[in-house]
Amino acid sequence: MERDLLEWIGIVPLLPLIGAAVLMLFGRRIGAPLAGWIATALMGLAFLWSLVMLVAILSLPENARSVTSVAFTWIQVDQLQIDFGFLADPLSITWILLVTGVGSLIFLYSIGYMRGDPNFSRFFAYMSLFAGSMLLLVTGSSYLLTFLGWEGVGLCSYLLIAFWFERSSAAIAGKKAFITNRVGDVGFLIAMFILIKEFGTLDYGATGAAASSASSTIVTAVALLLLLAAVGKSAQIPLFPWLTDAMEGPTPVSALIHAATMVTAGVYLIARAHPFFDASGDGLEVVAWVGVLTALLAGGAALLQPDIKRVLAYSTISQLGYMFLALGVKAYTAAVFMVLMHAFFKGCLFLGAGSVIHGNAENQDIRIMGRFRRFLPYTAIGMTIAWLAIAGVPPFAGFWAKDEILESAFIAGDYGIWVLGLLAAIFTGLYMTRLIQLVFYGNERFRDDSPAVTADALPAVSGGSDDDAGGAGGSDAGGAGSLDAAVDPADMPDALGYDPDFLPTVDFTEPTPRASRLHGHDPHESPVIMLIPILVLATLSIFGGLINLPLKGLDFLDQFLEPVFRGVTQPAPDSFAEGLSLEGIAVVLALIGIGIGLLLYRKGLRNAAKDPIVDHTGNLAPVLGHAYYVDDAQAAFFDGPGRATAEFLDEDVDQKVIDGGVNGMARLVRGAGGGLRHAQDGLVRRYALGILLGAVAILLFLLVYVGR
Amino acid sequence: MGPIIGALEITPSYYLVLAAMLFTIGTVGVLVRRNVIVMFMGVELMLNAVNLTFVAFAKALNDIAGQVLVFFTLVVAAAEVAVGLAIIVAIFRRRRGATADDLKVLEG
Repeated sequence: MERDLLEWIGIVPLLPLIGAAVLMLFGRRIGAPLAGWIATALMGLAFLWSLVMLVAILSLPENARSVTSVAFTWIQVDQLQIDFGFLADPLSITWILLVTGVGSLIFLYSIGYMRGDPNFSRFFAYMSLFAGSMLLLVTGSSYLLTFLGWEGVGLCSYLLIAFWFERSSAAIAGKKAFITNRVGDVGFLIAMFILIKEFGTLDYGATGAAASSASSTIVTAVALLLLLAAVGKSAQIPLFPWLTDAMEGPTPVSALIHAATMVTAGVYLIARAHPFFDASGDGLEVVAWVGVLTALLAGGAALLQPDIKRVLAYSTISQLGYMFLALGVKAYTAAVFMVLMHAFFKGCLFLGAGSVIHGNAENQDIRIMGRFRRFLPYTAIGMTIAWLAIAGVPPFAGFWAKDEILESAFIAGDYGIWVLGLLAAIFTGLYMTRLIQLVFYGNERFRDDSPAVTADALPAVSGGSDDDAGGAGGSDAGGAGSLDAAVDPADMPDALGYDPDFLPTVDFTEPTPRASRLHGHDPHESPVIMLIPILVLATLSIFGGLINLPLKGLDFLDQFLEPVFRGVTQPAPDSFAEGLSLEGIAVVLALIGIGIGLLLYRKGLRNAAKDPIVDHTGNLAPVLGHAYYVDDAQAAFFDGPGRATAEFLDEDVDQKVIDGGVNGMARLVRGAGGGLRHAQDGLVRRYALGILLGAVAILLFLLVYVGR
Repeated sequence: MGPIIGALEITPSYYLVLAAMLFTIGTVGVLVRRNVIVMFMGVELMLNAVNLTFVAFAKALNDIAGQVLVFFTLVVAAAEVAVGLAIIVAIFRRRRGATADDLKVLEG
């Protein structure tokens, strides 16, 4: 009975996909806000069905908790058969609960956030397609079906990041996300080719069973190629710049990408393909180091960002690094736990950031915010909770997950990784404290006449940089024109003598479709429809840790996922005391980070142009602000050698060799035709002779060769 | 085997030889004559030569299929005659006289 029910897991991805189809076909006629409600309702239904799946699987005995259902045979070539099948097991059900649960909250929020957008229904069509693809990714029973969802997610990220494509920066960011993901996809594809060649199947169960007996070269190759795929999708070093540029999309998209879908796909893939990583020690080692370096370096880069969404973007990269770290030390359950907790607090943070941006006339520069808790009290409560959760303060959600990961690294004996991970925990505390303090607490810096923006050393009050963006902002404010230019977020770095060197590489000089600056009035709280998801996620950020307490009998997630990772010895503390002391160290370091942050930013910024973190990081400031110039290096590489190669291929290889070949062929055919056409002289009797000779030739052939 | 006329037994090869001769005459007619109507008659001769072989084999092998095929050939030949003569008439109307070698507008 329960098994029959679990065979219907395919309904979960189907519901949002139906929503996407309906909205794409009839969206314009349905109109706002009904289109949003339809999409949200379908996501909600998918969530309810996921809950049914959860109940169904819990009522099965542990050994039977893996149900594969085949809808139809998709591909049949020679020996290779690939079914369009769904896999219901604890891992996929955990993920569908996450995607549909957090997803429906984000959908609900988007109804409020996107109100008034001319492309309201198109937005929800893409969002539904996004969620549907992600659900397909996690419910597929083979690598190929996962790849289908994988590509769908990549496509939708492009569509949504470039949603406001009137802005060239958004269009470019969309393309960047798409192309970067293609790099990872190459790894996925080659890994699948190897699997087909070696095992003749792409089915998760069959390949997983065969992994342990395969040669170590094959296993390591598959593991590293899948890691490449995961690195692209989950924005790990070195393929991370797309995720920060993805901030060009509407904020709910950022929330969906970061919290519920997309970036966690890499973690899912590795967890799903864990037999290959288990069998390949080298592969695991690489995963752990990629993870910890990403966690550390992205945490460093997050310290200096002036843009609220960019801080959160680097934060996501850093937290994903922790998840990879966990995967790399075989702490698969800890990684899944982190994915869930991260979805709660990062979803809350992004939706909160959207609320801040929404209530602050699209301004995203945290240096000119401050004390917003007075104006956005509920957003402030939600984001403050999420701050404590992500920083790892007990007993909030992030503490349980992150400390379990660091603990696992220590117990696994990877002390180097452990130390770097702890360092990243300090960064986490610091950058999140900076963000929250600058936005919600401290002094007010958003008014045109706030002391912090008009303080000493403001050369631009003379109007020296009153260019296009600033001028447009100033025109409706009358005499305040030059002052506006001085504090306009776009102009601020130049205007205030701020070192433009560590500006983010994508600037925000081009106004968003709805952009304007607050003039004279205060920021305002968002509507209830946007606050509900924030507060629900904040609540989950408080209590989420309860699903996996490090005590026997209370580690529900460990027990639930146990059948998936059976046979893997996940690192666990020998005693409760050992676990406690390890967690104590992590908590102390997180508190140190928060303490430094409070020390620096508790009173806000005395001068919006002088961020103390810049002075304290000294020469490192531009490096961190630029995220180690990875983006610039990649740009330079592709603009230099990359462009040269492309030009060589275009001018020499394509135009000369390939075009030469094609044109040569055409010339040959034309010449031959010119010669042969004289044979067609119009004399019917000669044609008849030709036919006769041909018939005779065939007869002779039959007589001589066949007739014998 | 075959019917006996005097001391001569008419075996199938007689019919086949006759058919071969008729076919050759028809072929030569098509190839050497320039008058379209005569060429047309040559084609008819070739068709009927083939019909003769069909009937001869049908009789010799005691298989009705050969005779059935003759009906098909006759139908096709009738259709061909209808179309062919129509074309010839059209040519006559246009250019008084129907010499095959003059009709070479479509040369390459």
